[in-house]
Amino acid sequence: MSDLLWLIPVLPFAGSLILIVAGTRLPKPLVPVIGAGSVGLSALITLLIGIDFISQETSPVINQVLWQWIDVAGFSPAFAFHLDSLSLAFIFVITFVGFLIHVYSAEFMSDDEGYARFFAFLNLFVGSMLILVLADNLLLLYFGWEGVGLCSYLLIGFWYQEEKNGYAARKAFIITRVGDTAMAIGLFMIFKTFGNVNIMEIQNQAPNVWAMGSQEATLIALLLLGGAVGKSAQLPLQSWLPDAMAGPSPVSALIHAATMVTAGVYLIARTHVIFELAPTAQFVVGVIGAVTLLIAGFSALTQYDLKRVLAYSTISQIGYMFLALGVGAWSSAIFHFMIHAFFKALLFLAAGAVIMALHHEHDMFKMGGLRKKLPVIYWTFLIGAASLAALPLITAGFYSKDQILWLAWAGEKGNIWFFLAALVGAFITAIYTFRMVFLTFFGAEKTHVSHVPGSLINIPLIILAALSTIAGFIEVPHSFGHLQLFTDFLNPLLPATTMQPGIESTEWMIQLLAAVLSIGGALLAYYFYVMRPTLHTQIKSAVPQVHNFFQLGWRFDSLYDWVFVKPFVYLSNINKNDFVDWPYNSLVNVTGFISRMFAFTQSGILRWYLIGIVLGAILILTLGLLI
Amino acid sequence: MTAIPAEYGLVLASVLFMLGLISLLIRRNIVFMLISVEIMLNAAGLAFIVAGSRWGQADGQVMFLFILTMAAAEVSVGLALILQIYHQLKTLNSDEASKMKG
Repeated sequence: MSDLLWLIPVLPFAGSLILIVAGTRLPKPLVPVIGAGSVGLSALITLLIGIDFISQETSPVINQVLWQWIDVAGFSPAFAFHLDSLSLAFIFVITFVGFLIHVYSAEFMSDDEGYARFFAFLNLFVGSMLILVLADNLLLLYFGWEGVGLCSYLLIGFWYQEEKNGYAARKAFIITRVGDTAMAIGLFMIFKTFGNVNIMEIQNQAPNVWAMGSQEATLIALLLLGGAVGKSAQLPLQSWLPDAMAGPSPVSALIHAATMVTAGVYLIARTHVIFELAPTAQFVVGVIGAVTLLIAGFSALTQYDLKRVLAYSTISQIGYMFLALGVGAWSSAIFHFMIHAFFKALLFLAAGAVIMALHHEHDMFKMGGLRKKLPVIYWTFLIGAASLAALPLITAGFYSKDQILWLAWAGEKGNIWFFLAALVGAFITAIYTFRMVFLTFFGAEKTHVSHVPGSLINIPLIILAALSTIAGFIEVPHSFGHLQLFTDFLNPLLPATTMQPGIESTEWMIQLLAAVLSIGGALLAYYFYVMRPTLHTQIKSAVPQVHNFFQLGWRFDSLYDWVFVKPFVYLSNINKNDFVDWPYNSLVNVTGFISRMFAFTQSGILRWYLIGIVLGAILILTLGLLI
Repeated sequence: MTAIPAEYGLVLASVLFMLGLISLLIRRNIVFMLISVEIMLNAAGLAFIVAGSRWGQADGQVMFLFILTMAAAEVSVGLALILQIYHQLKTLNSDEASKMKG
């Protein structure tokens, strides 16, 4: 069964190839069959391999070498896949959530001209993402990493006729490129140290090569972190993600919430050995996570656009994952990634359905009263929102976020500041989540519902809603039940977090605090947006600067404009006539001059040519006579 | 019958050649230019004949036959081109047919 591993990434690539080559000529009903079918088959194979994987006693590792990629002077990365519990968790989410989103897109995009193009890009993305998580060496991982970046660019700018979409696509591509450059340098340094790029060998050798806290390990870890920060939209490279919402909603769900943006989390978890040897870098990961989750949370509180709220909340939730990585709670980060993929994909898809139902209305303040009109969307969105806000006991988000909160407090590398940031973040999350729910689905109806979504949209939503609830029960905390299926599943690969001694007894207090805060946040949102709907406009007009500051994402765009763009444009204006160009321009001028001279002789008058021939003949004869 | 000295024949050929060349240069009508070219070709043919008789060999006459054949071919192609030029440009003036200006 494990021999079929290579089929998992190859199937989406094949689907993409067929759609690129023959997409416009295929009959329309066949397009989603190929697009969703290829990913569906991948999901099926993943399921079979997964069952095989879990049923074995010792957790197995599958290696599959397809072919030797490069072989130059001892540098010989192979085109090889490596499946262990970490990559299995990722390919499970990618293929299953990906498949549901493909099914949803079959209806959502059905009126679009670029129907085949959309599925081709989506398949290409799924294939690249699978390469990324299955790669057994860092070079192949980087290949997938750039592949998903390309697809992200193509899909953000999918509706390229509008200029601002193209701008958003370029912004995403260029900002992630900053991180990718750092990551590439990190990979070069890894190769220089170890002489190869195979992940497993690096993991085995790293503790022998570097001492604890060695400078080189710290530098490499920080460079890898740079790549992760760019891809996962964390501080200071977070500003591309809210603009990436220019793409169609299924793209936001698949790429900019569920899978691609968590590639950074995967990278750090995959190279966790290096981060463990570099405590400073690991601490920086935690700090970045903590700060980002707060910044993005405050921004999410003030957005009007439904999708932008979700975008900021994605940044914030990935901040939680980084925080977990920073305190060494590796499996909690991956667990939160999985749960987050379920509920955030659900929220984006439901938001997309709402926006489609209201004739592309994005502004939440123009929505309202959709509870009765769109009951399926309302209930699934509510379940997703409850999971995002981590309402206690019934939602999956509670179990995953609670673990992070607890380990930020009790873990050996945790501290009170990480814990407080996570706690405040949880409170804000509950407020903005339920603000979204109340504004969209409660109150008076402000825009007429023009289109009620059909079953291809409803069924994926219901499945994701079910997953957002029950997936949490595979990890139940110590204080009630103590079930650790997911952690045990990852355990041999990702070590358990070391706890501070004698702290176990306080766990129920932390849980109670988190539960009170999330319910409190939801009630506060109810008070603000349902009971006293005028209150928030009063606050907004009382402190407009603060509101705008948060709404524009803490003005990071203006800051980067001032620090990077403006000086660059200024300098390039000064050096418009680049002196380096001078020799080349002169060469062009001389060539042009000679060319014009010769062109002048080409007068088109026959007798001039005759005179030329005669004079030439006389010249040659004269020379012949003289010499 | 006394042989004509080779110099006479060559001078006649040169004069013919120069006449053809000068008329080629001063004429604007393409038909006349073609005729001038014919004169120059015949001048060259005459020079071959004279040279052949001077050394008493048949090569000169063989070359003249070649020139004759080539001239016939050239005239047929040339006339066809002239017809086309007239058809398209409605003129036979070579100075006005300067479409190939670079």
